Amino acid sequence: MNTAAYIARRLFYGLVLMFFVVVLNFVLIRLAPGDPAEVIAGEMGGITQEMLADIRATYGLDKPIATQLAIYLGQIARGDLGMSFFFDQPVAKLIGTRIGATILLVLAAQLVSILIGVVMGVFAARKPNGVVSALVAVFSTLGYALPVFWTGIMLIIVFASWLPIFPVEGMRSARFEGGSFAYVLDVLHHLVLPAVTLAIIFLAQYARLARASMIEVLGADYIRTARAKGVPERRVVFHHALRNAVLPILTVAGLQFGNLISGALLVETVFNWPGMGTLAFDSILRRDYPTVMGILIIGAAMVVVANILTDLGYRLADPRIRTEGGRR
Amino acid sequence: MSITRRRLLGGAAAIGAATAGLLPLPSLAQQKRGGTLVIASSQVPRHLNPAVQSGIATGVPGTQIFASPLKFDSDWNPQPYLAESWETAADGLSVTLNLVQNATFHDGKPVTSEDVAFSIGVIRDNHPFKSMFAPVERVDTPDPHTAVIRLSKPHPALLLALSSALCVILPKHVYGDGQDLKTHPANSAPVGSGPFRLAEFKPGEQIRLERYEGFFIEGRPYLDEIVIRIIKDPSALLIAMENGDADMYPYMASSQQIRRLGKVDRLAITDQGYAAIGPINWLAFNTAKPPLDDKRVRQAIGYATDRDFITKALMRGFAKPQRSPIIESSPFFNPDIPAYDLDLDRANALLDEAGHARGGDGMRFSLTCDYIPGPAEQQKSVAEYLKSQLKKVGIDVQVRASPDFPTWAKRVSTHDFDMTMDVVFNWGDPVIGVHRTYLSSNIVKGVIWSNTQSYANPKVDELLNAAAVETDFARRKALYDEFQMIVGEDLPIYWINSLPYHTAYNKKIQNPPTSIWGPMQSMDDLSMG
Repeated sequence: MNTAAYIARRLFYGLVLMFFVVVLNFVLIRLAPGDPAEVIAGEMGGITQEMLADIRATYGLDKPIATQLAIYLGQIARGDLGMSFFFDQPVAKLIGTRIGATILLVLAAQLVSILIGVVMGVFAARKPNGVVSALVAVFSTLGYALPVFWTGIMLIIVFASWLPIFPVEGMRSARFEGGSFAYVLDVLHHLVLPAVTLAIIFLAQYARLARASMIEVLGADYIRTARAKGVPERRVVFHHALRNAVLPILTVAGLQFGNLISGALLVETVFNWPGMGTLAFDSILRRDYPTVMGILIIGAAMVVVANILTDLGYRLADPRIRTEGGRR
Repeated sequence: MSITRRRLLGGAAAIGAATAGLLPLPSLAQQKRGGTLVIASSQVPRHLNPAVQSGIATGVPGTQIFASPLKFDSDWNPQPYLAESWETAADGLSVTLNLVQNATFHDGKPVTSEDVAFSIGVIRDNHPFKSMFAPVERVDTPDPHTAVIRLSKPHPALLLALSSALCVILPKHVYGDGQDLKTHPANSAPVGSGPFRLAEFKPGEQIRLERYEGFFIEGRPYLDEIVIRIIKDPSALLIAMENGDADMYPYMASSQQIRRLGKVDRLAITDQGYAAIGPINWLAFNTAKPPLDDKRVRQAIGYATDRDFITKALMRGFAKPQRSPIIESSPFFNPDIPAYDLDLDRANALLDEAGHARGGDGMRFSLTCDYIPGPAEQQKSVAEYLKSQLKKVGIDVQVRASPDFPTWAKRVSTHDFDMTMDVVFNWGDPVIGVHRTYLSSNIVKGVIWSNTQSYANPKVDELLNAAAVETDFARRKALYDEFQMIVGEDLPIYWINSLPYHTAYNKKIQNPPTSIWGPMQSMDDLSMG
């Protein structure tokens, strides 16, 4: 099967998946008690019956759910995510102001967790029954088991309250002055704690995966050959072994993307990070249906695309996968 | 009075610093120009146009961007703002505003009486507080700087309704383009005539305002910038205040937070600035539902509840007890209203008299109690206290949790409750924020913060309707006095405390917002030293 046909098939499945994401969530969120008009009313300190009816009519909430869904699907098909009930702004614009922050956080966490996780795994694999290996196992399992909001709050207490070296109020300083380079530094300064918090959960998986696959690879014949011909150990580990051991890590990294995004939701809330996660959380509480739906759609699309890219990357990295069923 | 005291304290601090050789001795009259004020807030505004959106979240930035005809000082006196003077006609049927000559909008166009007429019309037709401008028939504009508000009946609440966030003056040439005002695009990109103009609006993240150089008050504002940073996580917000990342945190109501920030040397704490919004925390009864339809049962709950315990123990003494529908700091408050001081014997006697004998388990009947989800101290904790307290008089209270605000609002607005904790604001004049809870004409299912108690008393209706049109202060106060005595007896609501709103602010700040409107009024006179 050639690559183009493969991508086409994956895209088709992706679209089918997205359709179900839209329909299911559209119905689910409307099953929650309370309606957006009342939230807006609450926000206003109480309003009249006429104004409630007016709000419902403005946002089409007076129509039956099936009609609302049909209208919404038509809108989505045209690439229009609609208007936020709460902010009275286009959902696409709202997400546009937030998506960069989420991608930055997710990629930073991904990078940190893969780099540190792999290094930890490699060191653990060199002496599978040694002290380092045990420490890595304990630390990574702990990181995985701790709830992310707890880790985040602990980091805040230590690094923002006791030892105030990292800020906790969002992504940039309110009182910011300086050029674009200083701005980048300011954002990076704000990024450290949330990215580390999110990375800690995923660290465990990469460390354990790297450890297992390194142990397997280090036992392979070609490694013995390399060692036998006198290649230095450092080169054996990082050049010969790691390159082969990294394949399963790549796959998992791609598949983790969805989990990273959902993890980001919690981390963003704890650190007041202005990404899609905080917007999604607040929008659910506000019953801001279009914004919630928009974020779910964009989030689902990001996961679908990440999975396709992972598969493609995998096919590039390992020629054996390119032919279906393997070469006989 | 309080301003003098603060000036003195600020002066003393400055002298202390000067003797330590850190600062030159500043003249007390001279305020520093420049600097950025970072306000930490947990409230997310929908947009920034207070003409079509009430509430604190929009009101704080909205009153910096837009100017209003009047301001109010800390003693409930109207002060000139866009209107340099005003007079009410002898018959009470018209109010003339004489506008300042030099006011301009942020796009440079002058503020005229046309804009005032347009704005009052917009607010009357779109703002949730219908009672503010309902009696306005029209606004005449004999010349560009004179606006005459014509009323169908006398309207004593008008001056208050012309102040702060309640009456922002919109530029007609921007908002009068025929689009629906409630969803107008300029609500998120506002053009006003206030001391600050909008520089950046990131919904749910931050609002940055910068000095408007053409502001009509000479030499104001002092600040270069105001940044309102939205921090929803309470611990992150406190850390930002402690670390100095933020300079001011208004509308802080948790005793734990007040105490924690009170320990920070750099910060000062005040409870001034919240008289006008008059936030009352209360227990509401569904008076249409037995056994709460019997006022003796409601009174018994009042006698069984210890208001002092709630304010002193649960709220650590930061909240003030409140026993009336009118906030106790308002000139209309009547101190003679019955307080229902704790008296379990009397509560038991009233319940016996109402025919609710104790059953085998010692309980007479059971009731549910809802509360607004969110910070627990003012709501959930009180509901849980009521459960244990009312057990003493044989009332079995089931505390009913709501997962989020919309769920609670749905239950209460559809009258699906026995008792509920609630917080309702007075909004300055009783006509705006008090009448709505007690008028029988405002029993409307599906609308939160209407008369959801289904309370109906023709005498109360009569008194409130008379007070709405009584222009003589003493006679109006007499009407409200009588109203308070009647609802104090009927007790459709057991008022518990005023929300202990406090402002924490950097001690460097001069003139923190302490008028009756607090942070919801122009901060042009505030400076960072």
